[in-house]
Amino acid sequence: MQQIISLLMENKPGALMRVTGLLSQRGYNIESLTVARTLDPTLSRMTIAVEAEPQMRAQVIKQMNKLINVLQATDVTDGPAVSRELVLLRVRSTQQNRTAILKEAEIFQARVVDSTTEGFVIEATGDSEKLDEFIEVMRSYGESEVTRSGTVAMSLDNKKLRLSPPVPRGSAGEEALELQEAE
Amino acid sequence: MSSNLLSGSKILLECLVREKVELIFGYPGGVTLPFYDALYDHPIRHVLVRHEQNAAFAAQGYARATGKVGVCCATSGPGATNLVTGLVDAMMDSIPIVALTGQVSSKLMGTDAFQEADTFGITRSATKHNFLVKNIADLPQAVHEAFYIAATGRPGPVLVDVTKDVFQGQAHYTPVSEIHLPGYKVYGDGHSGQIRRAAQMMWEAERPFVYAGGGIVAANASEELRALVEMLDAPAVCTLMGLGSLPSEHSNFISMPGMHGSYAANMGMSGADLLIALGTRFDDRVTGRLAAFAPHAKVIHVDVDPAEISKNRHADLPIVGDVKLVLPRLTQELRDLDSTMKAKNAAPRQAWWKQIREWKSEHPLVAERSDREIKPQHLMAEIDRLSGGRAIVSSDVGQHQMWAAQLVRFNEPRLWINSGGLGSMGFGLPSAIGAQFARPDKLVFAVVGDGGFQMSIPELATIANHWLPIKIVVMNNGYLGMVRQWQELFYNNRLSEVELTSFPDVEKLAGAYGFKGRTVDNVNEMPQALADAVNEPGPFLLNVKVSPFENVFPMVPAGGAINEMVLRPPQPVEV
Repeated sequence: MQQIISLLMENKPGALMRVTGLLSQRGYNIESLTVARTLDPTLSRMTIAVEAEPQMRAQVIKQMNKLINVLQATDVTDGPAVSRELVLLRVRSTQQNRTAILKEAEIFQARVVDSTTEGFVIEATGDSEKLDEFIEVMRSYGESEVTRSGTVAMSLDNKKLRLSPPVPRGSAGEEALELQEAE
Repeated sequence: MSSNLLSGSKILLECLVREKVELIFGYPGGVTLPFYDALYDHPIRHVLVRHEQNAAFAAQGYARATGKVGVCCATSGPGATNLVTGLVDAMMDSIPIVALTGQVSSKLMGTDAFQEADTFGITRSATKHNFLVKNIADLPQAVHEAFYIAATGRPGPVLVDVTKDVFQGQAHYTPVSEIHLPGYKVYGDGHSGQIRRAAQMMWEAERPFVYAGGGIVAANASEELRALVEMLDAPAVCTLMGLGSLPSEHSNFISMPGMHGSYAANMGMSGADLLIALGTRFDDRVTGRLAAFAPHAKVIHVDVDPAEISKNRHADLPIVGDVKLVLPRLTQELRDLDSTMKAKNAAPRQAWWKQIREWKSEHPLVAERSDREIKPQHLMAEIDRLSGGRAIVSSDVGQHQMWAAQLVRFNEPRLWINSGGLGSMGFGLPSAIGAQFARPDKLVFAVVGDGGFQMSIPELATIANHWLPIKIVVMNNGYLGMVRQWQELFYNNRLSEVELTSFPDVEKLAGAYGFKGRTVDNVNEMPQALADAVNEPGPFLLNVKVSPFENVFPMVPAGGAINEMVLRPPQPVEV
């Protein structure tokens, strides 16, 4: 079963590897993964769709929450959340079916982002099932190619983010300054 | 705030001093040259091991014997990759160590430079956290964060990979006064409501059973455990990682549970109506077949790591917190409830204790002896006699480890040092080195098999070099005993690649390093030979030829329920 995980994490080198490593070390295949900065540029929001064994779902979230760079990992599979995906689709058209393609795009509330005599590039957003249908329909008009963004999710729960405060560390012990004085 | 222009190497040393590091186990190399140059006239002591893996194991021995963070150091590439087993081992047993590794200059990274390896990537899953420092300005913060992460919460290994240009560079050094890890949660003294409910469950139980693990040792919570056990007057077991956290001679102590645990320990777990799991992780070597584990028990689980709660066994009452802080609150709650609740279950509890004592006397753990040959159990009993529950025993992995765990008493925590979770052969000798450096006052036995010993033979040089008075006792049965045992029991006794021939003459071997060694194969001479080794002021290598086909019992076959132990060998086996 597909699990959707939303993570808020520090925007640091290696942070992505730690998260994906937790999945790959359990032999799970990542279906999609998106990551980008949040309003706070030091943080990133990541959405992962993964095929996980149902009984391991909670454990995976707990392990992610243990990662130093992860501020919060949430399972949004069943929770109140919205998920969307974006697809860019290039379809070859003929003189005859150009209008039909544009009509169809309109039905899916998709937008033409590039148009040539060869065909169109169309941008569509929606939930993944709806995009599957959109792609299916477009392929019936001509040779198509797609790039999908993968799912991005936003939880509707306003879960309070619990962050740890700074801790004192490394301050000069009595014996610690020998070196500096010697310099 | 003072600020001075210092090299990265000196900044690193300064940070180590501030973390109160006294000792580093390490091995130098190309990219760590600038660091070793700075170390040359620095007060921090460096112990040169003979292989980087043993630097990690020695750092662990130091950490396990003291609770302080152990430090090891290796160069880039092969130096760093050699550390990996020691890091994973520390990860599995929650041992606080910090590994410092050199990395090629940041400009060369990713070019397949000489002795380059992706240490940061390789050790991602081998550590609790790791750092790659490419900028000298980030160095102090990374080092202090590393020590904080290693030592707090559920302890573990942390690696700091430092590029050569950082070691060589110069920067104005401003001491760090605080660190901020917003996503790193360290849990405290537990939830008050949960603690109250737990105390109620404890008094309400008719057959309570305490199951204490390595978390008690890690948290230095032995006194707190003892107070709780005495207040509740419940029988208690300590896992392989928890041995010594309740004194072996304590009247409530039953022994070790699990695959090679005692009959009473496993029957107690199986018969309990309340399992009080403290700083432990329901490892498969303890639980046997999970579905059949402690089938009548509700579970109270106290652990500092929330991911351990209900990982293997559902916790009816979880408490996320540090046992050092949670246990006194639990004991206090028990005390507060005492007058109203304690008397209620007095009769069933007496019956429970009677049952436990019967189990204990039906199948006690006794060391087998023979007057013809040296039984390995007999050897452990002699080590126990000389230790009196006070010596450090650093063990390797295999049959000798199980016999030592069963038969040697530990009346304090941090005396029993072994590779529990990962089961790394070759651990026992280098970890004894770390322990002896940490506790020069203590008698340290390195109890090893003839297999594991040969994985760490190079460290005899380190022992000779520092004249460490470690008593290396090789339990020599001429086989990889534990593998041989399984081949005998489960693979029709087809002994495939387990016979260890050509074991060296230890008198010559130890002699070559400049200390004494002896082989003993006569059972009548063995006790005295062991006593002589202990009385020797310096190191001693004692090779004890034990009966080759002895098996460890009781034994829960893999996949079995822990109350279905095989207590004795089915019949003598001719090979």
